[in-house]
Amino acid sequence: MKIRTNQVLVALRNSLLENKDPNKPCVRVCVSTGCRARGSLDVLEAFREEVMKQGSGIDVDIKQTGCHGFCERGPVVVIGPKEIFYQGVKPYDVPEVVSKTLHKGEVVDRLLYLDPATNQKVLCETEVPFYRMQTRRILANNGRIDPTNILDYITVGGYQALAKAITTMSCEKIIHTVEKSGLRGLGGGGFPTGRKWRSCREAEGDIRFVIGNGDEGDPGAFSDRSLMEANPHSILEGLIIGAYAIGAKQGYLYVRSEYPLALKHLQIAIDQAKEYGFLGDAIFGAEFDLDIDIIRGGGAFVCGESSALVASIEGKVGEPRTKYIHTVERGLWNKPTNLNNVKTWACIPLIVNNGADWYAKMGTEKCKGTAIFSLVGKVNNTGLIEVPMGTSLKQIIYDIGGGILEGKKFKAVQTGGPSGGCIPEELLDLPVDFDRLTEAGSMMGSGGMIVMDEATCMVDVARYFLDFLQYESCGKCVPCREGVKRMLEIITDITAGRAEKEKLELLQELAEMVKDFSLCGLGRTSPNTVLSTLKYFQDEYRAHVKDKKCTAGVCKDLIEYFILENKCTGCGACLKLCPQQAIRGRPKNPHTIDPSKCFRCGVCRDACPFEAIMVK
Amino acid sequence: MVTLTIDGVKVQAEEGSTILEVARFYGFNIPTLCYHEELTPYGACRLCVVEVHDGRRIRLVTSCLYPAKEGIQVKTHSQRVVKGRKLILELLIARCPNSKTLQDLASKMGLEQVRFKMEDKDCILCGLCVRMCTEQMGSGAIDFVGRGQEREVVTPFRVPSEICRNCGACMYICPVVELQCRGVKSPRELCNSCLVITPHCVDKYDQVMCTLDSCGACVQKEEK
Repeated sequence: MKIRTNQVLVALRNSLLENKDPNKPCVRVCVSTGCRARGSLDVLEAFREEVMKQGSGIDVDIKQTGCHGFCERGPVVVIGPKEIFYQGVKPYDVPEVVSKTLHKGEVVDRLLYLDPATNQKVLCETEVPFYRMQTRRILANNGRIDPTNILDYITVGGYQALAKAITTMSCEKIIHTVEKSGLRGLGGGGFPTGRKWRSCREAEGDIRFVIGNGDEGDPGAFSDRSLMEANPHSILEGLIIGAYAIGAKQGYLYVRSEYPLALKHLQIAIDQAKEYGFLGDAIFGAEFDLDIDIIRGGGAFVCGESSALVASIEGKVGEPRTKYIHTVERGLWNKPTNLNNVKTWACIPLIVNNGADWYAKMGTEKCKGTAIFSLVGKVNNTGLIEVPMGTSLKQIIYDIGGGILEGKKFKAVQTGGPSGGCIPEELLDLPVDFDRLTEAGSMMGSGGMIVMDEATCMVDVARYFLDFLQYESCGKCVPCREGVKRMLEIITDITAGRAEKEKLELLQELAEMVKDFSLCGLGRTSPNTVLSTLKYFQDEYRAHVKDKKCTAGVCKDLIEYFILENKCTGCGACLKLCPQQAIRGRPKNPHTIDPSKCFRCGVCRDACPFEAIMVK
Repeated sequence: MVTLTIDGVKVQAEEGSTILEVARFYGFNIPTLCYHEELTPYGACRLCVVEVHDGRRIRLVTSCLYPAKEGIQVKTHSQRVVKGRKLILELLIARCPNSKTLQDLASKMGLEQVRFKMEDKDCILCGLCVRMCTEQMGSGAIDFVGRGQEREVVTPFRVPSEICRNCGACMYICPVVELQCRGVKSPRELCNSCLVITPHCVDKYDQVMCTLDSCGACVQKEEK
């Protein structure tokens, strides 16, 4: 069935809403990657079987949805219409849920979320502190709809923005609305989206392209992935509106091959959109044809950079080029090309539906709307979050993230993946937006937010990210290829206690040069971790270089394991496990570690039930 | 025609030409390694980076690719640029200490020490040979393979190429292989022989205009 007019779309939606009984129980199981890894597919299957088994007399919808966000507590199951929020559901819990909640309307208490602040069980998703503090706009429908069913998307108002844009708005008006909304590229660059669209529309040329960038490659980031998996139609709708406004007839979605589920859901979405006439010829009766293809990325981190991504689509090696002529003027096959992150595209339907003023109301002076972060690391509540621009880091980490794991002390938070910097405790009140993060020496990036506690060595963190970047550098320009390699060499020397004071100065000099002289964004942002840790955690570097000590007890060459005599009971747990046979001692007598044999794997410390093994 | 300023001198340039082309035409010296006037600019060695002030902001641009624009002010040897260039060269010499091209540049720029562990490679991955083979010889027998540290120039699948005519153009244009620096005593150090020579001209005739390619000694003297 092809939908050619707004009336038909509205009629379809109304009939879908009418046929839906608001009181009919609906089980929504998250089958996104995080919950899937924790066995949510089995839970889904168990629900289907159990309902069949006990099914007499009840009519239940069982739905697979995308990421609800609270990955820490997966598998997540929400049961409508009361929106009861069950977390950590296992297949063996399912019979009880079906018999109690679905049949009798009772709540299974042990599966509810326990609010650690009030020590009370929480019934609904909206009451969980993790969700309560968020403003979910782009992610609003993530846990509500079945990503593989276009009708679900239409039921929540999907493709209405597209109908509105094509049938009632001129191209100029759409671009003006996007400009007025203040939307900035959510892929990390923060370039004003409306201005980009306008440049692309006004660029000379007969053929234009639109591209959705879903090549998220930062370690610890999964926001693009979750969105593509959970609500692919919202991205498509934005992309189609954009293509209409810009005048493109062909669109591409560049998604890395490592995201099989996202690729699958996007492909299903494209096929369904074609079936309903949202893609193809004469969309909504206008003189507007569009086709969208998915391009699978080979997994190179640098291909998230626009010029490298374009080269990759063209079938060339994914290497960046110097961009003095912008992609909007000469991009894909030298034609005007508008490239935006998938999150940016997903914002477009919201803006078209609700108006520019509605969007611009939220956020800070220069950054409007919301930001999505993948909150990970040493926080209690890891997961996918969406907050208004300008929310402070403290609110994110403590109110939403629930503070640091095991009550440890906060040390730093890294935003923006390997290209971002580490922000220390004294800057925790920093409101999060593009400009403020850049000022602090970090960046928004792909929305990764890695929280680190006191047991993290910042020098080692910098070493880890440099190692990643050295591997991911394309190797075209000298500063990035040679510079990152040498920075890694120096930092490895520092963590091994081999470096002297001059090396620190050289590291600083090198980092500044790489930032200034590299060819593309990857190179220019690669020293951010080094520069920010050198700035905010200088003491730690000094301790490594001068005193040859790792204060966090991480760098293996600078630490020593020892046993506290008064705490050791001589149980022998460590002695049996030590792979080096470095631990000696008679049963029931305090043991000792031979430092010459010990290679500091830490197995003994984890095994000791009396916390007798320490690091110095 | 556009008018721009290079190192304080107002110059005219044809629209579409790059800063490097204009600068070289007027005799301003900008060092390069991956640039050749008959090949497509590549922008990888980063030595040709210059500082451009376009009225709004100051930024570093790749002069072999950046188009000469009306009214811009170019500084080819600002402090930031020179410092960065030296460090880039230091990185390259640490990779290929035996290249005469690199050692000469080092002398010219006054690079006096290499603070990195020396390697002994024979390719700086400037890509001149690759472009030479494809663009001028019409062959395309070699190209880059691998990423980052594993990047190298080879024939496909590392087997002798059927389309290579052994013309030697790649070797002719290579800044590293063809010209070996003979001043390097052990293969792992900075030569700087040229710096040791103090030409009489500097001592005796302070105002003399050197018509030779500068040996760099005069610059050194001023600094000290």
